[in-house]
Amino acid sequence: MNKQYDSADAALDGVLRDGMLIAAGGFGLCGIPELAIEAILKAGTRELTIASNNCGVDGFGLGKLLDSRQIRKMISSYVGENAEFMRQYLSGELELEFNPQGTLAERMRAGGAGIPGFYTKTGVGTVIAEGKEHHDFDGETYILERGIVADLAIVKGWKADESGNVVFRKTARNFNVPAAKCGRVCVCEVEEIVPTGSLDPDAIHLPGIYVHRLIQGQHEKRIEQRTTRSRVSDTTGKKETV
Amino acid sequence: MAAEIKGWDRNRMAARAAQELQDGWYVNLGIGIPTLVANYIPEGVHVTLQSENGMLGIGPFPYEGEEDPDLINAGKQTVTELPQTAYFDSAESFAMIRGGKIAMAILGAMEVAENGDLANWMIPGKLVKGMGGAMDLVAGVGRVVVVMDHTSKHGESKVLKSCTLPLTGQAVVNRIITNLGVLDVVPGGLKIVELADGVSEDELRAATEATILG
Repeated sequence: MNKQYDSADAALDGVLRDGMLIAAGGFGLCGIPELAIEAILKAGTRELTIASNNCGVDGFGLGKLLDSRQIRKMISSYVGENAEFMRQYLSGELELEFNPQGTLAERMRAGGAGIPGFYTKTGVGTVIAEGKEHHDFDGETYILERGIVADLAIVKGWKADESGNVVFRKTARNFNVPAAKCGRVCVCEVEEIVPTGSLDPDAIHLPGIYVHRLIQGQHEKRIEQRTTRSRVSDTTGKKETV
Repeated sequence: MAAEIKGWDRNRMAARAAQELQDGWYVNLGIGIPTLVANYIPEGVHVTLQSENGMLGIGPFPYEGEEDPDLINAGKQTVTELPQTAYFDSAESFAMIRGGKIAMAILGAMEVAENGDLANWMIPGKLVKGMGGAMDLVAGVGRVVVVMDHTSKHGESKVLKSCTLPLTGQAVVNRIITNLGVLDVVPGGLKIVELADGVSEDELRAATEATILG
């Protein structure tokens, strides 16, 4: 079975429809599916609900789909880096559901694992718990959170083999794994597709069963906060851990 | 503004918070003053810093020209890896947080109440950016230490009988380190652990709305 597509446009052809729920990988601008976002922009699909930890920045990442008014609702934990987001949200054009970051990740993981709901301590006694089922286990109170099953997952890996086994690089793995797992269809874009058999089977981060369509392409990989240390102060031998 | 704040400055607060760390611990440091704690880890104490975007073993900032867009901390800053570094996905990251494997989180706050309630993510009517991983951290880690200024810019106490802002977590804070001293959350209120340099007990009490025992 061939999972490879020549472009993100081709990989998303027949998959997109107005009003759908999309799970997107990435943390900030790290490990975001740039090519799929560009293809959705071109396709003009509207009224989207997108589950993604963040919503890009102005003019980049998911911020592009905000500028084009294609997003109706975001399910996110942090959206602070985006002025257009705030404008649309405050004017009532955009709906926002805040999820604690770990709850969002687990909702995706659970949805992909066939678990429709789970109990967590996160958010007990806060606005997040309002209207949710509470249950005590062993003397502690938990709230029920629902698994997410998305119509489409768009994720970004480092390398994939032709079978769809994916390897991520450093902290660019983040939400890509849980997002991929919760998609009924998962479109994965990578920097390089290698022949099946050339990745170590013991070192696969996302097995090919979760990946339906593959694209190889160039990524801008923008850095949000460029922080560096000077070579001079390092000669003191003092640790400058962040 | 700084002239009005008595006692410890940002760096002294961070240094005091670093004294909370124990050898072998896995720790999550929040953004702001908590990030500075890493500069004051005592000699002989080895802690592994967790970044909730999927990393254990955070290294220093990279040298200029060596920034890697695939390697950032939870504040989205470029960082480096260490020999003991491990990477994982966000679900795994919060499994170790929720599962109590992280010994301590040190984080900032807008308000703390005498029962350990914490508010640090939302001011109604103001721009709301989101809670990120803060709610998961305070609900899941072994011990929560708050580092913050004792009073607001307007001189109002941030250590309260009960929080006025929407909560991040209910009864989650164990210890509060401010510019004026160190307080523990105990049954019935707060207990003074330590006074900052040049701060009297009366001054600490006067700046605190919460019940201080003893």
